[in-house]
Amino acid sequence: MQPAISIQRLVKRYDSGHVALHGIDLEIQPGEIFALLGPNGAGKSTLINIVCGIVTPTEGRVLAGGRDVVREYRAARALIGLVPQELATDNYESVWATVKFSRGLYGRSPNPRLLESLLEALSLADKRDARIMTLSGGMKRRVMIAKALAHEPQILFLDEPTAGVDVELRRDMWALVQRLRDQGVTIVLTTHYIEEAEQMADRIGVIDRGSLILVEDKRTLIDQLGERQLRLVLRRPLDAIPAGLADLLLDLGDRGGELVFTYDATRTIDVSALLRRLTELSIDISDMQTRQSSLEEIFVKLVGRRS
Amino acid sequence: MSAPLPRPAPFTPPRFNAHGVLAIYRFELARAARTLIQTLVTPVITTSLYFIVFGSAIGARMQSVGGVPYGAFIVPGLMMLTLFTESIANASFGIFYPKFTGTIFELLSAPVSPLETVLGYVGAAVTKSVTIGAIILGTSSLFVPISILHPVAMVALLLLTATTFSLFGFIVGIWAKGWEQIQIIPALIMTPLTFLGGAFYSIDMLPQPWRTLSLFNPVVYLIDAFRWSFYGAADVGIGISIAFTLGFLATCAAAVAWIFRTGYRLKN
Repeated sequence: MQPAISIQRLVKRYDSGHVALHGIDLEIQPGEIFALLGPNGAGKSTLINIVCGIVTPTEGRVLAGGRDVVREYRAARALIGLVPQELATDNYESVWATVKFSRGLYGRSPNPRLLESLLEALSLADKRDARIMTLSGGMKRRVMIAKALAHEPQILFLDEPTAGVDVELRRDMWALVQRLRDQGVTIVLTTHYIEEAEQMADRIGVIDRGSLILVEDKRTLIDQLGERQLRLVLRRPLDAIPAGLADLLLDLGDRGGELVFTYDATRTIDVSALLRRLTELSIDISDMQTRQSSLEEIFVKLVGRRS
Repeated sequence: MSAPLPRPAPFTPPRFNAHGVLAIYRFELARAARTLIQTLVTPVITTSLYFIVFGSAIGARMQSVGGVPYGAFIVPGLMMLTLFTESIANASFGIFYPKFTGTIFELLSAPVSPLETVLGYVGAAVTKSVTIGAIILGTSSLFVPISILHPVAMVALLLLTATTFSLFGFIVGIWAKGWEQIQIIPALIMTPLTFLGGAFYSIDMLPQPWRTLSLFNPVVYLIDAFRWSFYGAADVGIGISIAFTLGFLATCAAAVAWIFRTGYRLKN
C-alpha cells in the first residue's frame, strides 16, 4: 500500500546556520494515528510545516499520497489538513464565513450540507453565525479543526492539539481523533504530553534535536523498552533474600516487606513457578501487584541517554 | 460531540484554483463591507473638502488651466491621489493582516499558486479603489461640470493604475514587519509625490528648476495621462506616461514573482 506520507532524507538548515532537521526518513501508513513526540524545539513543528508547505525544505523530499509536496503541491496539499499550534483566526469573521473560506481556498466547490454536518459534529452548529472573537478558547480550537477539515482532507496534521486546553476538551479531542480515524483519515499529531501519545497513537516517533531517534509501534515500544515489575507483598517481612531464591535476581522492597521481581521483553517470568518456590520455602504472600513503565519513563530514558 | 463526521471524498484539484481566488477575493471584500461607512463615506467627505478649499475658495480666483475651469481641472488629479492611497492601503493591509494574526499559515498551506494569491488580493484591492474612484467622480460632478473625452482610455488608465499600485501595496504588505511600516510608504513617499505631481496644478505653471525636477517624479506622468483622458490636453506625452506605468507594473510583478520564489518574509 502506498504510504500516506513518505519523508525522505529531509534536512532543514536555516539561514542562521541552525539545523532544525538532520535527514529525517519516515513513512506514515494510511489510516494510522502517528504521534511525533519530542521536547520543545526538537523539530516537530518544522517537520509538520515542511510537509504542509509552510517551510521550504533544504534537502530531501516529502510525498503525500505519492505526490511531491513541492513539485506537485496542488495535489499534495489538497490531501492535507493542518491544525496549527497557535489559535490563529480572523476574530471579526463568523464561524460559517471562515469555514466556507477554507473550503474555497482549497479549491473545492461550495457544499453547505457538508460544512453544516462538520459544525454539527464539532458541536459548533449553534455558533454558526457567531463572530470568532466571541468564542471561548476551546471553541476557537474546534473552529480551527473545522477549517482544517472543510476541504475533506485524507491526512490531518494536529500540531500540539491539546497544548494548554482543559481536561474535558482534551478528552473531546481524543474522541474526535478516534472518530476521524474511523472515517479513514490518517492522523499525524505532535505532542509533548506522553499521556496523549499513549492514549491515541498507533505508532510513535521520537524526535530529539532534529533527528528521529526511534519509530515504533506503541505496544512494541512499551513492551520492549518498558520495564515491568512484579511486587509480592509478604505476610512476614524478610531480612534478606532466602538463599534458595538467589538465582531469580529478586530485590527486597519496602524494608523487607516486599519481594520485587523486575523483568522486561528480554527477561521473562514464570509466575506460577515462582509462587510454587515461595510456597516450598513457606513464604506467605498477602498481595501482589504488577506495574509497567509508562511511555513517559521510556521517553525520559531515551532522550536522557542521548544527552 | 456526537454527530457523525462527514467522510472525506477523494478530490483532484483543478489546474486553476478559481474557488481559491474567489475565496480570497470575497474575504477581502467582506472586510471592506464590515467597514462600509468608512470605506465609502470617507472619500466622499474628503473630496467635498478638496472642492470647497481648492475648487470654490481658491479656484474662484484662478483662471482656467489650459482652457479647463480649475475646479474641473483638479478632478483627475484628485481621483489619482485617492487611487494611489486606496490601492496601496487596501492591498498592503490585505496581505499584512493575515501575517499579523497568523492566519497566513492557511494561505501558505493551501493549493493556491502565487498567481492565484495575487489575483485574489490585488483583484479585491483594485475593485475597492476603482469603486472609490468612481464615487469621487460622482461626487465631483455635483460640484463642477465634467467631460470625459476618451472614456475607454480613462477606464483603462484607471484600471492600469489601480492594478499597478495594488501590486505595489501587496509588496509593501509583505515587506512590512509592523503597522508603522504599512503607514510609512503612503505617508512618506506617495503623498509628497502626488502633491508635487501636478494633482492640483499643471507643471507648466511651475518656475524652473522645479519644472524640470518634476519630470523626475513618476506620478506626474500618471496624473498627466489621466487628465488627458478627460480633457485631451497633456503636459508630457501620453505615450511616455503609459510606457512609464507599464514599466512600473512590470517591476512590481517581477518583485512579486521574486517574493514567491524565495519565500521572502512569507516562508522561512
